[in-house]
Amino acid sequence: MNAAGRAFLIWLLAMLAGAVVVWNSHFSADMSFFLPGKPSPTQQVLVDQLKEGVVSRLLMVAIEGGDAAQRAAISRQLHGRLEKLPEFVAVENGQAGSLDADRDFLFRHRYLLSPAIKPERFTVDGLRDSIANSVDLLASPAGMLIKPLLPRDPTGEMIELLSGLNAGAQPNVSEGVWASRDGERALLLIQSAALGSDTDAQERAIATIRNQFAESRQDAGVSDARIEISGPGVFAVKSRETIKSEVSKLSAISMLAIVAVLFFVYRSARLLSLGLLPVVSGALAGVVAVSLVYGTVFGITVGFGAALIGEAVDYSIYYFVQSGRLGAAEWRARFWPTIRLGVLTSVCGFAALLFSGFPGLAQLGLYSLSGVLTAALVTRFTLPALAGNDHPIRDLAHLAPPLKRAIGILQGLRWLIILLTVAAATLLVVNRHQLWHPNLSALSTVSAEDSAADAALRADIGAPDSRYMAVITAADREAALQAAERAGQKLDTLVAEGVIGGYDSPARFLPSQATQAIRRASLPAVDELAARLQLAQADSPLAANKLGAFLDEIALARAQGNISRQTLDGTSLALAVDSLLLQRPDGWSVLLPLRPPGGEKGVDIDIEPVRAALAGSGALLIDMKVEFDRLYNDYLDEATLLSLAGFVAIVALLAVTLRSARRLGAVLLPLLLAVILIVAGVHLAGEKLHLMHLIGMLLIVAVGSNYALFFDRAGKEQRLDAPTLASMAIANLTTAIGFGTLALSSVPVLHAVGITVGPGAVLALLLSACFSGKDGD
Amino acid sequence: MIKRLVGCLFLLALALPASAAFDVGQLMTDLAKNKGGKARFTEKKFISLLDKPVVSSGEMSYTAPDRLEKRTLVPKVETLLLDKDMLSIEREKQKFSINLANQPEALAFVDSIRGTLSGNRAALEKNYALHLSGNADKWVLTLLPSDQKISALVLRITVSGSRGLVRSIEYLQADGDRSVLNMEPIASK
Repeated sequence: MNAAGRAFLIWLLAMLAGAVVVWNSHFSADMSFFLPGKPSPTQQVLVDQLKEGVVSRLLMVAIEGGDAAQRAAISRQLHGRLEKLPEFVAVENGQAGSLDADRDFLFRHRYLLSPAIKPERFTVDGLRDSIANSVDLLASPAGMLIKPLLPRDPTGEMIELLSGLNAGAQPNVSEGVWASRDGERALLLIQSAALGSDTDAQERAIATIRNQFAESRQDAGVSDARIEISGPGVFAVKSRETIKSEVSKLSAISMLAIVAVLFFVYRSARLLSLGLLPVVSGALAGVVAVSLVYGTVFGITVGFGAALIGEAVDYSIYYFVQSGRLGAAEWRARFWPTIRLGVLTSVCGFAALLFSGFPGLAQLGLYSLSGVLTAALVTRFTLPALAGNDHPIRDLAHLAPPLKRAIGILQGLRWLIILLTVAAATLLVVNRHQLWHPNLSALSTVSAEDSAADAALRADIGAPDSRYMAVITAADREAALQAAERAGQKLDTLVAEGVIGGYDSPARFLPSQATQAIRRASLPAVDELAARLQLAQADSPLAANKLGAFLDEIALARAQGNISRQTLDGTSLALAVDSLLLQRPDGWSVLLPLRPPGGEKGVDIDIEPVRAALAGSGALLIDMKVEFDRLYNDYLDEATLLSLAGFVAIVALLAVTLRSARRLGAVLLPLLLAVILIVAGVHLAGEKLHLMHLIGMLLIVAVGSNYALFFDRAGKEQRLDAPTLASMAIANLTTAIGFGTLALSSVPVLHAVGITVGPGAVLALLLSACFSGKDGD
Repeated sequence: MIKRLVGCLFLLALALPASAAFDVGQLMTDLAKNKGGKARFTEKKFISLLDKPVVSSGEMSYTAPDRLEKRTLVPKVETLLLDKDMLSIEREKQKFSINLANQPEALAFVDSIRGTLSGNRAALEKNYALHLSGNADKWVLTLLPSDQKISALVLRITVSGSRGLVRSIEYLQADGDRSVLNMEPIASK
């Protein structure tokens, strides 16, 4: 077997192995891209909530079209259909009767559930006060509601229970089902059984809702009714769609444009396919590396392939164009060291990202690093063997004179460019407070319209957003519930003071066994109670002898067993408890979502008094919004640090290799100018910078240095020959196409890198040309 | 011009009692003229479970057509506010709000008061059969629920008053309990 055959065989085997790995890879387009790889305990709560929390499983449905009665009919139909399906654990539309099971549970177990149950409640004085209170309540307009319960519940435990439960704003009701505030849409709130992080299952659940809606609409005979669904699951599915379609679209655009350029240069199908060899190898190697290291490959990472294509194709361009008359050996001796240094600077840039705690960024780093490295190695070791010495390339000498003229013109503009850069830098310093996007939403794929539609639906339906949360962890369920009860007492004080509007707790429906035992022990024996009632009710309009039912109820409560999680089955309260009391590998955790006080006090909670009240209770207080902002700032700080580290590494590499401060300066100056001009340009275009722009700046230096190095080499050799110049122009064009394609993306992560590095690479070449050669040339 | 118009109205007012007997339409017109005011109220609830009636008292104010505030002072301070379809009750530190559109029966119940105060015959006849006795100075309007769902709660509502003023409302509930609400206007300003 000849050398070419051997090289091809090795390459083919490697590719096949890679293809097997890719075939078995798990691809994901969910939000784990953005979630911290090594979360702090607080961030862990955030991550859990986003991946499996109740809020992540809520789907909000609005039905439009027809009249209110028709919408209500569809809403009832849909409710009936979805309720039967195992994919949904809760379907609510506000229709009457849906809460009967909950009310029955609360009434049956009121003596174990009511926080008012203490021994004092059943003394003569306690009974007199609580019953007198109930009689007073009869005088109130609400009296009609409690009158039927009074003989069985004279101490008013049911009222006590319900008053703690005020679930905040209830949605409006029209024709007996939930409706939007303007009355134009019927609303449903649905909780999927599938986790929020399971995008496939969310997609299926959403499709099921749509299908069932179509059938409900048909049954109701309202052909013009429409459905709108929103919620985290919908966003996840939509983001995935966006990323999927963009990955193929961007890669195709980038590939086609680059193939067109190469064909124009090579005019040979053979050279074209050989030229793409390192690209395909690099793209495959990138996915393989990510898959092997991280297990999961993010869609956005693959989307970065569009840029990688543009960068990786450079090496084969250099090889074919530069080695045309020299032959492979001569090329290796003269050009390879420069290219190798360029590859290494690129690798330095990408390697910096590997250390990021932002998983998406680390993946992008590894993907690009392995891709570029593989493309360079394939170009260096496989391509010459496969191409042989027989690759007659079209003479590109005619490109050189106009390029040289252009360089001449550029060199005349040096002072203008420096002035322009000073102006750009001044602009950036002056506007430094308006440069940055303040939070993580900058990176979100969710469109502004979708986000606004979601907010409107959320406001109408009063769906929880769970911004504030106290989190307690304990070894077992009982300990967790007891801790929740202790924290609950402190929160009760805050509710009374108006610091918070209320809170949810699993202990409200499932008190700890200890508390249940204490409450049961507070209930007196029936004979004793009868005697006390006689004394207590002597002067009351409600005579003791009319309260026989009360005695029966107390006897029943004393005999009844404790409430366990199973007791709650069949009620919507089971769901509430399950979502707030979670079993973890290392124990149990309790979530206590806090509601803001509302009214003129607004939607924010003054967090410090809450923190002070909960101090020492072991509860961790979390403000999700603050945590998200902090997470983003951590990412941003880290990205700044990593970019600087990458930059320092590149400078160190160049300094060691070039061994000349003057040459180092000449290489770096155009790159820094390019970065400043590009950032100013992006800012002037009205874009807020976020951390991916920052990474883009690093990549301008990492990628742009390749071109600056060629000028440095030319400076050393005292000449810039036509093939070198042509290869640089073409390579630069393909790189700009590759990264520039990303700028078309609606995925902010990709767009930001594209918009900085695409133009940045071109500018790096132009400025390197401008500042090359002897001063004052 | 204005004098002549007033003269016409005066003649019309004189002519009407002579030409037509006092009827529901006339009462509704009188009631609709009342654009609001304040009253002291006393409410007695006769409940079979209790040996004595429960008595409460306080102030009510009405602003046509759909705002009614009932402020109970004795035995416990409590405020009930009906504003369009939102019913809110504030008692001690608790505050409940109910959207009555949620509860058709409760809405029908509330409409009996609101419809009477505002003289909205259509709203009343939607849920009740109306019977009027007496004359414009002393009338009694009886509302009998026409809907089974409402009559399961209240058998009869008896409203009495003079001219455009409602003096008392009596509810006879399906279980035989009843409540009587008496109102005494407070001269405004």
